[in-house]
Amino acid sequence: MSKGSKHKDKKFGMVIDLDKCTGCGACMVACMSENNVPFKENESNKLDSITWMRVYKLENGKSFPDADICFLPRPCMHCEGDHGHAPCVSVCPAIATDYDHKTGIVSQIYTRCFGCRYCMAACPYHARYFNWWDPVWPEGMEKLLNPNVSPRMRGVVEKCSFCHHRYQLALDKAYADGRDKIEEDEYQTACTQACPANAIIFGDLDNKKHAVYSLKKNPNTFRLLERLGTNPKVYYHSSREWVRRAGDNYLKHETTKA
Amino acid sequence: MSETQKVSASDNKKKDAGGTTILFFLIGVAISLALGWIIFPKLLYSKKSQPIDFSHVVHSEAVGDCDSCHFFREDGTFSGAPTLAECIDCHEEAQGDTEDERIFVEEYVAQNKEVPWLIYSEQPDSVFFSHAAHVKKAKMSCESCHGEIGTSDALPIYEENRITGYSRNIWGKNIAGIKKHTWDRMKMNDCGECHEEEIGDKGSCFQCHK
Repeated sequence: MSKGSKHKDKKFGMVIDLDKCTGCGACMVACMSENNVPFKENESNKLDSITWMRVYKLENGKSFPDADICFLPRPCMHCEGDHGHAPCVSVCPAIATDYDHKTGIVSQIYTRCFGCRYCMAACPYHARYFNWWDPVWPEGMEKLLNPNVSPRMRGVVEKCSFCHHRYQLALDKAYADGRDKIEEDEYQTACTQACPANAIIFGDLDNKKHAVYSLKKNPNTFRLLERLGTNPKVYYHSSREWVRRAGDNYLKHETTKA
Repeated sequence: MSETQKVSASDNKKKDAGGTTILFFLIGVAISLALGWIIFPKLLYSKKSQPIDFSHVVHSEAVGDCDSCHFFREDGTFSGAPTLAECIDCHEEAQGDTEDERIFVEEYVAQNKEVPWLIYSEQPDSVFFSHAAHVKKAKMSCESCHGEIGTSDALPIYEENRITGYSRNIWGKNIAGIKKHTWDRMKMNDCGECHEEEIGDKGSCFQCHK
């Protein structure tokens, strides 16, 4: 982090309202097409499939009439840990992933990764995926790939980047207009924009003008496996106690951290 | 006594053999160095000519600064090498009577075919470079990275690395990697060097990677 930087550092993050999420999967589709995520003929093989954004289904385990379900979209949490000490970043032997203190985004540099998958073992959220094969797109589809995201090769790890290329493009536009700063709506991730229920809200967690700033302070907001100290930048919101409780491994006698 | 004589005789033989060994060793070193520093670089790069001989001088005199043809789009992205759409404004019909002009008008303009220019500064897919950040914000000149191409009368030979497929301008013309100008090389460390000088740090990975 540069000490002489004139600009305040940003901390991009998300607040996902689980009460609004219908589990439609639009975020997953948008993410895959935006980020050139390769798919396989058989996507049911979860050891092989790659989903930067994945919607999980949670159940409260009760029978009718108390049965309840909840869908939980899971991007990369972009853990800040203790001053950028994210689990994956600290274990990478190649510095193929780093924590950007200016944006709070955890990167993944495919050309630097040599595929040891140590980061995958370290990530408590299963947000990282390994390319067991070179990507193969149906004929003609390679012309529809996003030129702003480099496709990955066999043998490297990949994960959600909070659509960092969109941040770069927003900055380009700002510089061309003679501005230094970007507005909240100029940089939004593909999943945020694709969500028909507006369940995903994205912005600078440290900027009072951004929606996420106040949303993350709601008492019904929680983060996944918060007690591990990963300090994730993806917040979840639910009015249902059992959903909040599902966010961490609580023992029976423990109360949910509000 | 006779034993010591025998020993000294064999010592002399060893010394002679030592001299020959050193000589052959030096010849070997010389051959290896010549192979590595002169012959290998020549084999490594293939030489390609641009499809059309193009003069930057003639054009900058006629149309002005670099950004007349290499312009920023409205969304802040950089257009790079001009497409036929830009050239056609002036070259709908032949300007002058050179052979290249005739080829350009007949084979490309008339057939509405893009010229397959070879891009000297083409970076790998994983690299993100923002012209806006450097030219618009940091107010850097084009020469800082692209050198004196803007004042050249002819396009240089495009040298392509046969192994990587990238232009020699990325590695630099000097095979030892010795740099005299800021535009001599376009490798990651060259970006980092300038960033450290100007900003104070190299930045995070995602600043230049995608």
